[in-house]
Amino acid sequence: MEEILLHLAGGLSQAMEPLNFMMIILGCALGLLIGAMPGLGSVNGVAILLPITFLVPPTSAIIFLAAIYYGAMYGGAISSITLGIPGASTAVATVFDGRPLAQAGHADKALTAAAVASFIGGTISVILFTLFAPPLATFALKFGPAEEFSLMLLAFATFIGLGGDDIPKTIFSILVGLVLAAVGLDIISGQPRLVFGDIDGFLHGINFLVLAIGIYGIGEMLWTLESTQGEVVVHKVKMSLSQLIENLKDVKSYIATTSLGSVLGYFVGTLPAAGATPASLMAYGLAKTFSKDPDSFGKGNVAGVAAPEAANNAASTGSMLPMITLGIPGSPTTAILLGGMIIWGLRPGPLLFTENPEFVWGLIGSLYIANFATLVINIAFIPLFVKVLTIPFTILAPIIYILCVVGGYAPTQTMHDVWLMLLFGVVGYLLRKLNYPVAPAVLAIVLGPLAERSLRQSLLSSQGELSIFVTRPISAVCILIAVGLVCYPLVRKFKKKTGETAS
Amino acid sequence: MTVRTAEILMAVLCALCSIGLMIKSAELKIGWVPERGPGSGAWPFWLSSGMLLASMATIYRWFRGVTPESRNLQLYMTRETVVVVGISAGSIVFLLVTTHLVGIYIALFFFLLFYLKFVGRHSWKLTVSMMVLVPIAVFCLFEWALKIPLPKSISEPLFYPIYDLMYSF
Repeated sequence: MEEILLHLAGGLSQAMEPLNFMMIILGCALGLLIGAMPGLGSVNGVAILLPITFLVPPTSAIIFLAAIYYGAMYGGAISSITLGIPGASTAVATVFDGRPLAQAGHADKALTAAAVASFIGGTISVILFTLFAPPLATFALKFGPAEEFSLMLLAFATFIGLGGDDIPKTIFSILVGLVLAAVGLDIISGQPRLVFGDIDGFLHGINFLVLAIGIYGIGEMLWTLESTQGEVVVHKVKMSLSQLIENLKDVKSYIATTSLGSVLGYFVGTLPAAGATPASLMAYGLAKTFSKDPDSFGKGNVAGVAAPEAANNAASTGSMLPMITLGIPGSPTTAILLGGMIIWGLRPGPLLFTENPEFVWGLIGSLYIANFATLVINIAFIPLFVKVLTIPFTILAPIIYILCVVGGYAPTQTMHDVWLMLLFGVVGYLLRKLNYPVAPAVLAIVLGPLAERSLRQSLLSSQGELSIFVTRPISAVCILIAVGLVCYPLVRKFKKKTGETAS
Repeated sequence: MTVRTAEILMAVLCALCSIGLMIKSAELKIGWVPERGPGSGAWPFWLSSGMLLASMATIYRWFRGVTPESRNLQLYMTRETVVVVGISAGSIVFLLVTTHLVGIYIALFFFLLFYLKFVGRHSWKLTVSMMVLVPIAVFCLFEWALKIPLPKSISEPLFYPIYDLMYSF
């Protein structure tokens, strides 16, 4: 424990260095703006802005992107409350009570509750993160290639078992991501693979950013333009210091459910397919169940705003736990962060704690500061953020497209990748309209090279015997859970059917 | 085209792409290579086979009417959606083609003119300000700060004086 506190102190002082502190403030403010924009969330912001981070050292870059992630979780509530449109899917549950509160003229109350609850969720989850990450990383040092591969299978299985999407389409999405990651030179033999039409651009492979920016930049904008064709009404927010103090008095009415939602959100967030959206919905349900007045939920109960907001913030920190300790991202945003770490020359996984402690503890330290900074920026600039929401999409869309095009060009500096990005964006949008989930593909393209390497290393060491994955205890446990997760939807379906027959 | 038709067309297209990927992967060794482990094509080959199976499952479920999309007779894309999405995707294609021809900065200039003035119908003041400021911001961020040269095509000579100025600091 003493060692953890010592490292944490080092991380905090690193996060307070002028450049890193500036990155936190900038990231939080940008994250709040991105999160507040309908249709844009942390994943879009991180994907589009990652190429810009090549400007600063890796620690400052991850601090900046993590601050965007944090800020966007706070920001999602602003549009949920004032527009009635969730800034991102993670803020869907906030609309249930946030919108009625705004309609009743209490938008300030809802926004304060969202900010305070996000702070509580963030604080609890960062403390849990600090406590859980070092022992988990130490445990993960025992992992060999077989365990790594089984763990990745487990991550993909969570999408099938817990994702809630069409199963064949989810499997297709995962496999597409893995195949795209296989394009280029073979990691072992060096032979060119899947070089379509002998186009040279495919020789260097498909950078994960090309798919991520295509899907979360261009595809998402097309999706948002389609779904927000109608006019939106922004509710006015009046915020004064006296009102703020008055609103803060409500905290005691929702502190218990908020804390519970935070712990729940943190653990749900660590699961790759679950993440912030189900966590916030579960926390909302929990708050309603434990409330003395459950009927008021959906009609403007402040606890109905606080619980999901605490949970989605806690889930965002939770999703960083497997990313940092195991090298398995807990959400699409952390998948992009993980890809970024590879670009910066770091090897994600348990060795990060021993090889790059300043990077890991700098990030952890920054989460504490980002949490506080976002609370202050959020409350101080709520009227400004609300004003930004009135920017027409015809101004926002071209700026985002330009950032996508330039961001898609920057990593490899070939126009080939920019064309591919556009193709992925349009195809991703068309697939999403048919209920193909896109997040598994992004996770898969990041994990693809790691998965292939660990599979081939395992098979080489076992002389082609697949039994290596079930004879090693940790690997066997992962495979067992993965099989359970894949079977889970089938069992549920079977139970439902037998239930219907019985009734 | 209805959502129902779109789903089967997409599933068939996905299945065909999977077969194409399997054939392409099979150009390399897909079996066991002594002392080197699985051949280079094995990983993508088996993944593509999985994609094919998943697509076949979607086709089967479509015939059985299991997926909500297979029962949805609404339009896959309304006329309004086609216009909105078409303008956006078309304008990006225009941006990329003009980038190849005249370089990104001149392309950005025309892209912003098109999007802000003709699509957004914004004022000339706003349009011209954005047309000037956005390319300058992109240049400062990427070329100056990040040292990433963006494609300039035939407009490259126009930037020589700016480079001279930049590197004289």
